[in-house]
Amino acid sequence: MLKFFIRRVALTVPTFVALMFVTFVAVRLVPGDPIEARTGERGIAPERLAQLRHQLGLDQPVWKQFLDYANGLIHGDFGVSIVTKTPVLHEFATLFPATLELSICALIFAVVLGIPAGVIAAVKRGGIIDHAVMTVALAGYSMPIFWWGLLLIMFMSEYLGLTPVSGRMDLINYYFEPVTGFMLIDSLLSDQEGAFGAAVAHLILPSIVLGTIPLAVIARMTRSSMLEVLGEDYVRTARAKGLSPLRVVGLHALRNALIPVVTVIGLQTGTLLAGAVLTETIFAWPGVGKWLIESISRRDYPALQGGIMLISGIVILVNLIVDMLYVAINPRIRHG
Amino acid sequence: MAEETAIGDPMPTAPERLGLDPASEGSLTAEVVTADPIVETVPPEVSALRAFWSAFTENRGALLGLAVVVFIALLALFAPWVAPHSPIEQFRDHVQQPPVWAGGTWEFAFGTDAVGRDVLSRLIYGARISLGIGLSVMLVSVAVGIVLGLASAFMRGVVEVVVMRIMDLVVAIPSLVLAILVVAVLGPSLINTIIAVTVVYLPRYVRLVRASALAELSKEYVVAAQVAGVGRLRLMFVTVLPNCLAPLIVQAALGISDAILEAAALGFLGLGAQPPTPEWGAMLADSREFIRAAPWIVTLPGLAILVTVVAINLMGDGLRDALDPKLRRS
Repeated sequence: MLKFFIRRVALTVPTFVALMFVTFVAVRLVPGDPIEARTGERGIAPERLAQLRHQLGLDQPVWKQFLDYANGLIHGDFGVSIVTKTPVLHEFATLFPATLELSICALIFAVVLGIPAGVIAAVKRGGIIDHAVMTVALAGYSMPIFWWGLLLIMFMSEYLGLTPVSGRMDLINYYFEPVTGFMLIDSLLSDQEGAFGAAVAHLILPSIVLGTIPLAVIARMTRSSMLEVLGEDYVRTARAKGLSPLRVVGLHALRNALIPVVTVIGLQTGTLLAGAVLTETIFAWPGVGKWLIESISRRDYPALQGGIMLISGIVILVNLIVDMLYVAINPRIRHG
Repeated sequence: MAEETAIGDPMPTAPERLGLDPASEGSLTAEVVTADPIVETVPPEVSALRAFWSAFTENRGALLGLAVVVFIALLALFAPWVAPHSPIEQFRDHVQQPPVWAGGTWEFAFGTDAVGRDVLSRLIYGARISLGIGLSVMLVSVAVGIVLGLASAFMRGVVEVVVMRIMDLVVAIPSLVLAILVVAVLGPSLINTIIAVTVVYLPRYVRLVRASALAELSKEYVVAAQVAGVGRLRLMFVTVLPNCLAPLIVQAALGISDAILEAAALGFLGLGAQPPTPEWGAMLADSREFIRAAPWIVTLPGLAILVTVVAINLMGDGLRDALDPKLRRS
């Protein structure tokens, strides 16, 4: 097993190098000169231009520039934002808790609804509930989530007035310094009455929107995995022994049916982070997704470069961990 | 149908189990096969097509999906004749007119948008753009996927390693983030949307073609063809490729709907088709500020996307069940 882990980790190294290469090349292909982007179009003295080019390392050969860039990345230097003049890593780290909090809540929403729905659909196969679950899952899977978000805002916030339209917190009534960056925790730590409730209210709609596609995927996966397991001999044996249906399904079948589901949940990281771009844009959620889109419109290419590098790096790492966990919890692969 | 012909299979092995001598085995086999009327009367090609069609039509959801897709495709094809107005003409006297069921007039059945353009006409023309994007992405990525997939399966070595590592990288970057990167480099436009979404979805096809080609390569008919002196290109595209098509067709059908969703998301972020192009995602983005004043401008384009994508997915699920029983969701 150790051999597998080492091999798997080693395989991600070329992916990381290629990722560095792609972001490096992509930003150089972007139309417009980086110096001009910094100095404006008024023109610049030749000496100052040469000085700036030297400062940015643009007078070096391209391969040297790439090595410098890669070296910087390895040492945590993801460049400096043109607009805010702060290090990209710092900006990312400030905004990432918002995205993480949203993604975790979305995933909880998807798991808590998706797994029971899939199990019930499988147990009542072919019945009304099964059809209903599968229809909803199909719609969820096919949902343009940016539209879904607008619909929910329209109905829940504008029409019923139940939830706030945007943002993470009711900033007029509550203010506290971020401690952990997680609004749910910070609002509790602040000891301000009602702050936690406000934080929860702000989280509801974005979590539903971001969790919709994972919910559909998890429900479908749980159902088909459960159906497979329910046909196994050991489940029939358990039934024949006279165990209650609840015990058979909940204890014997579900435990094995969940193995592929856990993998699918882990592989939702990419979906969640891609979905976060849309969800955060709709709900003005101050996370890395919205920041990434804004850095494009501001032509802040170092931010875009660093942001894509960081987001993809996180996805690669999470997928790596999921792969290894899968092998660790699934003895059939471990001994295979 | 396919199952009925398969009944003949276990029979020839019976003499072996009964311990009969090999000499009598051949004659017994022949007897059994000729005695089966189904095998004799139905030519295999027709039965495969018919089997596919009967399996496909058995699935009511798939038929419904097909019907809706055909309807939308016809609307898109005949948009200039079907649409009541031009998609970009601004009727300044009819700004934000509600649809007919909310007190509007039949002249603008689905109402008008913030600058007085007919929503129904924009939706109909938008079908052209969305289906066009979906189909072009699918065709390009299938074509490139076949070439790269077959190349890595047949040549192995460096080609395979390089191609598959690049695909791994593409998969590692979240789809929308990668599409955004591509659009940021190329600039926002309809063509660049197609390129960006194609890049994002290419790995699926490459991996699929490579995997099924590798599975086929170990089979005897390929060895037989090689021994018979079939050239490499012919072996790749004529001998092996047709046997990899079933899962590829299924993936291609489902890929259209994913491409439509992805392109609409880019349009919504302002990184896809540019105004005044009546792209569904871009229409939604324009409508965001009118959530309160003109809800139909928000509701209808999204509904169009949802209905199209659901229909294609239903059809794709039906295709999979009919074409590729191995992949059938139990």
